[in-house]
Amino acid sequence: MTGFAGRRGGHRRRTTRRIALTPVVFPMAAIAAPLQDALQPAGPQAGHIHALWLLMLGVCALVFVAVVAALLVALRHAPRGDVATAADTQALTRDESTVRRSVGAAIAVSVALLLLLFGATVVTDRALAQLPLTDAVHIRLTGHQWWWEATYDDPEPANVFATANELHVPVGRPVVLSLEASDVIHSFWVPNLHGKKDLIPGRTATIAFRADAPGVYRGQCAEFCGYQHAKMALLVIAESPQQYDQWLARSRASALPPPDATAQRGQQVFLRSTCAMCHAVGGTPANGKHAPDLTHVASRQTLAAGALRNEPAALAAWIIDPQQIKPGANMPAHALAPADLLALVAYLGTLQ
Amino acid sequence: MSADGSAGTLAAHPGRDRPAYSARERYGGWVDEPGLLGALATIDHKRVGVRFITTAFGFFVLGGLLAGLMRLQLSRPDSTLIGPDLYNQLFTVHGTTMMFVFAVPIMQAMGVYFVPLMVGARDIAFPRMIAYAYWVYLFGGAMLFVALALNIGPDAGWFSYTPLAGPQYGVGKRSDFWAQLITFTEVSGLLVAVSVITTIFKLRAPGMTLNRMPLFVWALLITSFMIVFALPSVMMASTALILDRLVGTHFYNQAEGGDALLWQHLFWFFGHPEVYFIFLPGLGFVSTIVGTFSRRPVFGYVAVVLSMIATGFLSFGLWVHHMFATNVPELGKSFFTAASMVIAIPTATQIFCWIATLWTGRIVLKTPLLFVLGFFFILVLGGLTGIMLAAVPLDLQIHDTFFVVAHLHYVLIGGGVFPLFGAFYYWFPKVTGRMLNETLGRWNFWLFFIGFNVAFFPMHILGLQGMPRRVYTYAAESGWGTLNLISSLGAVLIVVSVLLFVINVVRSRRRGTAAGPDPWGASTLEWATSSPPPPGNFHPQLAVNGREPLWEPDGVSGRVDGLTNDPPEVLVTTLLDASPHHRRAVPAPTIWPLLAAIATTVMFVSSIFTPWAVVWGSIPIAIALIAWFWPTREEAAKHRKRELPA
Amino acid sequence: MTRTAVAGVLVALLLPTGCQRESRRFEAPAGAVVPPPPVRMSELQPTVATPHQTIAPRYEVNARALAEGKRLYSWYNCNGCHANGGGDKGPALMDDVWVYGSEPANIYATIVEGRPNGMPSFGGHIPDEQVWQLAAYVRSMSGLVPKDAAPSRDDAIQAKPSENRTPPAQPVMAAPASSSERSQ
Repeated sequence: MTGFAGRRGGHRRRTTRRIALTPVVFPMAAIAAPLQDALQPAGPQAGHIHALWLLMLGVCALVFVAVVAALLVALRHAPRGDVATAADTQALTRDESTVRRSVGAAIAVSVALLLLLFGATVVTDRALAQLPLTDAVHIRLTGHQWWWEATYDDPEPANVFATANELHVPVGRPVVLSLEASDVIHSFWVPNLHGKKDLIPGRTATIAFRADAPGVYRGQCAEFCGYQHAKMALLVIAESPQQYDQWLARSRASALPPPDATAQRGQQVFLRSTCAMCHAVGGTPANGKHAPDLTHVASRQTLAAGALRNEPAALAAWIIDPQQIKPGANMPAHALAPADLLALVAYLGTLQ
Repeated sequence: MSADGSAGTLAAHPGRDRPAYSARERYGGWVDEPGLLGALATIDHKRVGVRFITTAFGFFVLGGLLAGLMRLQLSRPDSTLIGPDLYNQLFTVHGTTMMFVFAVPIMQAMGVYFVPLMVGARDIAFPRMIAYAYWVYLFGGAMLFVALALNIGPDAGWFSYTPLAGPQYGVGKRSDFWAQLITFTEVSGLLVAVSVITTIFKLRAPGMTLNRMPLFVWALLITSFMIVFALPSVMMASTALILDRLVGTHFYNQAEGGDALLWQHLFWFFGHPEVYFIFLPGLGFVSTIVGTFSRRPVFGYVAVVLSMIATGFLSFGLWVHHMFATNVPELGKSFFTAASMVIAIPTATQIFCWIATLWTGRIVLKTPLLFVLGFFFILVLGGLTGIMLAAVPLDLQIHDTFFVVAHLHYVLIGGGVFPLFGAFYYWFPKVTGRMLNETLGRWNFWLFFIGFNVAFFPMHILGLQGMPRRVYTYAAESGWGTLNLISSLGAVLIVVSVLLFVINVVRSRRRGTAAGPDPWGASTLEWATSSPPPPGNFHPQLAVNGREPLWEPDGVSGRVDGLTNDPPEVLVTTLLDASPHHRRAVPAPTIWPLLAAIATTVMFVSSIFTPWAVVWGSIPIAIALIAWFWPTREEAAKHRKRELPA
Repeated sequence: MTRTAVAGVLVALLLPTGCQRESRRFEAPAGAVVPPPPVRMSELQPTVATPHQTIAPRYEVNARALAEGKRLYSWYNCNGCHANGGGDKGPALMDDVWVYGSEPANIYATIVEGRPNGMPSFGGHIPDEQVWQLAAYVRSMSGLVPKDAAPSRDDAIQAKPSENRTPPAQPVMAAPASSSERSQ
């Protein structure tokens, strides 16, 4: 029961290597490998569900053991017979009231246990609905084939920004996600934080949760949505309010101009080839709406909706031929000269 | 002696000391023409039933091979053995095959063979329709696998949610083949259900009142009614899907007034009862086997019957539990939680009655009972995980994960396939006249039981650890590799076990111990005739006087004389009390059901490509149906001879 | 025996058609990009006519290619000028008038090179594979592709019959409209 945290249960440090010599070292580098496990709740919603799970597991295990035991005792208690043994037709007329009472008692106990479990379910339902939502972070999450678009809402329009595949949330504050789908049905599921909710085209659903422990929580699309359903993951990074505010400020800002010649060349490659047709980088003419926003792509832990670690080699491989990594994905292969590719990767590495 | 009902000579019955009559002399119009044409034109419910069962089992093996490929792919993380496109087709066709082309048809097929025998009838009702239903089913199932071979296998999951299966995102003709498969299996399923209901209501042996019917017959009766009420829902859903895809209607198009969620409601309104189409006959098998192998009538007959009826009704009120993660209103979801928990009570009642039967009986521990014991273990576990899934909050964590995959296999294999194998071992002697090998049977059982638990139990843990369903691969860092590998090894054991079963069947057909009419000392009427039963089942027709006719002293209270064999006649009785009402001639065998099925297939498959196929394709079907019903001079003459003079 | 033979024949007959329509080729074809051979836009040739060379219709018989073309048509904002095929600032694409030729190679050239009076040049901005998919989709808008491969309706508000129900509009060549005609 270790999810992504590694079988030995320890934390693994992720070393980061960058081509570009940007001096910014992200605090994220020190956070543990992501968790993806319904049995390790990190917030009240998942916690309530976990409690219900424990109760149900206990009761159902008891019932299972009791039924199997009754069966085994029956097999031991009854004498052995043979196909030639005369059948007990007396049973049709004899008074079997003891047996009837036992069966009746068993049914009554089952009904009582079911009522108990139903009651516990109702209690859990109510608890889930009573998460306090004051001072919530509002995020609009749109599911696409095969990535997650997240728009952080704010009453001040200039503060609204979009990101992809990685959500940062403050520890201890509720998060309200408004869920929409642009194409087919997806399902948002971060097991450490809450149960799942489907994203259905044409409808807006809502899910609310709160992370009470800092950490990196991995989620995955949980409704079959096509070729790359298996690799449509997202990270929810719960961090202290100060770290969250810093991240928010950075994310609201547009991208800085490229700092050196290689990055400048990379930006030209970005704008002149297919990239800008679909992707957007704030502060540049690239304004595509159909693919993940790349304004701060270098600050994310993963690429391609959790399919790759965010490292230059992985990024280069992804750009050259995404179909090798996610066959069927909507991003085409690119024939780029090696120097252009390196420059492009360097430029993207500056988009912190 | 062959299992297909062409009885050969009496000399094949050991221990009989009479002059040999030819089959035709003895059984008259019940006997089919010899040769290929006779085989294709047969409407003998036993020959068609054996075909039906064998075909369904063949699809089981095919579907299982697909699962084997899936397990191979999932046994290691980041496996590149099978890409996403092929994997999507594999799991879709696996699920579609198992649910639509194996599990429901095989239960119906067992009904086609055994219900007339168990109610003491000489034939099933509407035998030509049964033959047609079989051919339509065979061609539909074959179409599915031909499509898979041609890379047109459906790839949107066995429940084919829109918009993924819809016109925009369901590229190509794949989902159209899926929707038409539904059409094939729904036509077949409905026709068999109608026939089984009619047989049970109108063709029972005199004296077999409703509360003297065997529990398996009750199970099939309830299942057939459920089929009649549920199948139209998926018919409408799949027809609307084809219309959307082919012709541009907007049933599932949000933007033009439709609703993507409409599909889910229509599908699951059928889909949930469907699992009970598989489960209820399984319960019927269990009742039969528990009774025979405890040497006593099942305890609580009335409770068991009422439980099955309650299950049948309740199953129509559960469907939204497949949709708990959608944004349907929360209060409504709670209702479905309650209903989904309540349905456990009738099942629990039956389980307690069976345990009571075993407790107070004398146990005969043969292979059929072993499989039933396996059923108890596996089904109860699956049912309990079902209670967990019924709770909305918990379902939100485990829905669409491997936990559900584990649950569904525990209830369907535990509740359907294990009893089915038990029924195979139980009834093989009746169908073929030979016993299956008991040692091989035990190996079969233990390998299946152990292999099944090794394969599917780890999936509960995988689901809780975050592994969603329908993923063609997973990352190594997830930590899911070990349990997946264990699960795949369990699958290997299952393959070996099924192979042993096939070997057992093939060997025993030739060299198995000869079985008399009643090798198990059982109580129901199918054991009152020879193994295999002759054409026309019972000569003479029997009348009964109790629930266990072969056990009770006066169980078989008499016989009915005067029914002719040429034309073959059945005795139609009244619904509640089964008192004789009238005689009815059975129609002659004919090739027209096969031809009508071919015409139907051509129309259905062509309509995947053009809507005009519905117009032009109905012409051959109409011709075939007219020829089917056209009375021949020979038949008209025979009928006139039977009428009483004015 | 006969049944298996018939089945085999049917499968053999269906094999090529199903394969072409249903194949999902995620990888772009290997090798360097080969520009298409020049497609003649006039029947007139001097002296002896060289036979017309067309490229095998690989994309327009493939359902996925057409579906991708449809997706890219809206993603790359072709409907900004061509609407849903009825045309607006740009000419209609669903009719039978093809100013610059109706062969896939013509359409490829139009997209890659751009055209006077407002058609941008997308060469270098859209990968070749996608340009071929778009070209195939544009042809499907006038019903020129096999019906079983053509895309069906979108899950959106319907602006026109879907491509698989569009009656074929046999192409005729027309002279490019002069700017005075265009500014209506």
